[in-house]
Amino acid sequence: MSNDIKIKKGLDIKLQGAAEKVTENAIISNFYSIVPDDFHSVTPKLAVKVGAKVKAGDVLFYNKASEDVKFVSPVSGEIVDIPRGEKRKILSVKIQADKEQTYKEFGTLNVDSATAEAIKSRLLESGCWAFVKQRPYDVVAKPDATPKAIFVSAYASAPLAADLDYVLQGKEAELQAAVSALAKLTTGKVHVSVDKNGNSPLSGLSGITLHKVSGPHPSGNVGTQINKIDPVNKGETVWTVSAQDLVIIGELLLTGKFNAKRTIALAGSSVKKPRYFKTTIGSEVATMVFDNGVEKNGNDRIISGNVLSGKQVKADGYLDYYSNIITVIPEGDDYELFGWNKPVFNKVSTSRALTFSWLTPNKKYDLNTNTNGEHRNFVTTGTFEEVFPLDIYPMQILKACMYQDLDEMEALGMYEVAPEDFALTEFVCVSKQPHQEIIRKGLDLMLKEIG
Amino acid sequence: MGLKSNLHNLKEKYKGTKMAPAFNAIHTFLYLPNETTHNGTHIKVADDLKRTMNTVIMALVPCLIFGIFNSGYQHYAAIDAVKGIVTEVSLWGNFITWDNFIMGAWTVLPLVIVSYVVGLAVEFVFAVIKGHEVEEGYLVTGMLVPLIVPIDTPLWMLSVAVIFGVVIGKEVFGGTGMNILNPALTIRAFLFFAYPTWMSGDKVWVHGAKAMEGQPDAISGETILGSLAQNNVVSYDWMDMFFGFIPGSVGETSTVLILLGGLFLIFSKIGSWRIMLSSVLGAIIMGLIFNGVVNAGWITESSKFYGLMSTDFWMHLLIGGFAFGTVYMATDPVTASQTNKGKWIYGFLIGFLSIMIRVFNPAYPEGVMLAILLMNVFAPTIDHYVVQGNVKRRMKRLKLKTA
Repeated sequence: MSNDIKIKKGLDIKLQGAAEKVTENAIISNFYSIVPDDFHSVTPKLAVKVGAKVKAGDVLFYNKASEDVKFVSPVSGEIVDIPRGEKRKILSVKIQADKEQTYKEFGTLNVDSATAEAIKSRLLESGCWAFVKQRPYDVVAKPDATPKAIFVSAYASAPLAADLDYVLQGKEAELQAAVSALAKLTTGKVHVSVDKNGNSPLSGLSGITLHKVSGPHPSGNVGTQINKIDPVNKGETVWTVSAQDLVIIGELLLTGKFNAKRTIALAGSSVKKPRYFKTTIGSEVATMVFDNGVEKNGNDRIISGNVLSGKQVKADGYLDYYSNIITVIPEGDDYELFGWNKPVFNKVSTSRALTFSWLTPNKKYDLNTNTNGEHRNFVTTGTFEEVFPLDIYPMQILKACMYQDLDEMEALGMYEVAPEDFALTEFVCVSKQPHQEIIRKGLDLMLKEIG
Repeated sequence: MGLKSNLHNLKEKYKGTKMAPAFNAIHTFLYLPNETTHNGTHIKVADDLKRTMNTVIMALVPCLIFGIFNSGYQHYAAIDAVKGIVTEVSLWGNFITWDNFIMGAWTVLPLVIVSYVVGLAVEFVFAVIKGHEVEEGYLVTGMLVPLIVPIDTPLWMLSVAVIFGVVIGKEVFGGTGMNILNPALTIRAFLFFAYPTWMSGDKVWVHGAKAMEGQPDAISGETILGSLAQNNVVSYDWMDMFFGFIPGSVGETSTVLILLGGLFLIFSKIGSWRIMLSSVLGAIIMGLIFNGVVNAGWITESSKFYGLMSTDFWMHLLIGGFAFGTVYMATDPVTASQTNKGKWIYGFLIGFLSIMIRVFNPAYPEGVMLAILLMNVFAPTIDHYVVQGNVKRRMKRLKLKTA
């Protein structure tokens, strides 16, 4: 089959501290937190109060705008705190876990004979719907829509990303159950993309359209694959599910339990021994990062997610709902004498303006969080196009978002993009503009105005 | 690290005050700031705008140094010419000499200093008033301006022009990145239209020519373009033009150094090779058309256009400011086309129009400035149509689906 996708434009940022393929069980976390902000544009309505006992799979809150979409507890335990911010916004729901875990029984479902309605309502009531995201807008999917296709990327090309071929090994049964179930929810196909040079457990699944991707990052981003396979037009919807979350969905269908376990990578140049952990969604980050990881008082940044689009968390923070990697890199809050004009050998650059990373394409870099310059207006042109494989004009769409011209945003392809598609253009931006934030705000505006 | 922490304390002290941008501008010249990323990408490339601008300045420095020597050389050669001595240029013999350097530095460096001091002062004032950081755009403009003006431009004229160019050409649009016209060329165009006698003619291109006007030992200061426009014979061979031992604006004469600068900009991926290449192509094609017209006999020696029209097409690339304009001005990313396809069209038209204006406007036989300014105005239109191509493709995809 010639379903191969070959990406030419892009950039592989090679960093030190890739996770070694050894998996440990993380120390069991005492507290878990579910942060409503992980689910963008969801306004949470609480279903529990402080002091309530929950089982793993019990509803914590649901989406005010679409009450069928429920968000459930990853563990059994007691709700100990629901901190609130400005305007009584719910910041998180904190759970103290039981020593013995109990699960809510949803009952098994035979995906081959079940109807689409049954599958959909099972995913909704069990909280697995949170894993189904939609484009346009890159938010949790609207359950009443019918997508024209469903996309799963089983290839992570981001810097230091967890190797999905490794973490999904032996999960074929769960993956098969999940994709078979998803296939019933769409009128079109389920597109699964795998690494051309890898050996993905997903390549043997039935009922899917397989695509082999190669080329530099962002070839593994689901947005890139959608653009190459079947781009989203106005009025259409596609759904995306990340490969790791298929396992949780599959396990629910096969066993009837919501088991929020996942294997995550701990990586980054600040980590002493980068490796994989088995842990649970919402766990304390501290259960993983300190043992053979980072210095207690080190000046490091802990990121739940990858270095390009992850979220900064504190050492006492929690693993977010979608991430399968924790990256720790040094903070760069220091001055550098004549840093703007001296020759640079130890940082990545796409230019050759006395920056010499083009001499050593295979070198692994130890980058910190310094911006390497101040925020400016857009000046240079042509740099974004080199790392942006989508058939969209990146600078023009960013500017359209900044001046909030809805018609132009729509015409330039806003329905096809997610913030993470602009991670590389943000990385290479000489003017240090926050591209992902600009796109997110643009998408939010469209969601509000057009819906 | 005494200096580092002292400066850091000062920065914290001035934070939020009116003077903060002014202080930060100087601070960030010494030290790359301690700013870190927030959410979004947690790492960033090594390049910033200062590095980008600095690269362009590095590519300009050889032109400046050459310009200093050449100003001195042209001055002394012109004086000798009046006495009837014909000077043969030799690089180490009579070009790179102390006399030339001192004479050149004495006339060129004041232009550089005035350009930077006045321009940056305007930038600082606007940054303080508007409360944004001082932007780097003027670093390149400030270097370009002295290189594209006649050597004897009075400093007060230059100051007035720089203020006009920076305020009207750039700041009213919102500063670096927002302007429509290339600021350096806006300054040049202002000078040209406000003080035409100082900007063109046969008396402004060699130091001292204007001052000695009317005296018995008056020297000539005519450029090759000027001679050609009057159908005079040019006394320079093409090697002189290529290496730049000819009269002209301060830094634009040496095609070979401009070529090297251009290659450096292309290699460092700062300058757009698309614009440079297509501009040269445009100029060659226009030149060939004119050569063809002359060969066909439609234009004869009696025509006032004959001199420039019959100039070999490749010669046009060497004379006047064409090379300098193409490499350093047309490629300004803010005012050029921003799409890759657009850059081809934009560059081609600059080359094409440069030669056309050059031939048909003998009163001011230099077309590059006007061609670039004209195309600056049309660049957004070019981009619009290129982007519409993408939009139409998207619409077509939708129609195919619904049909």
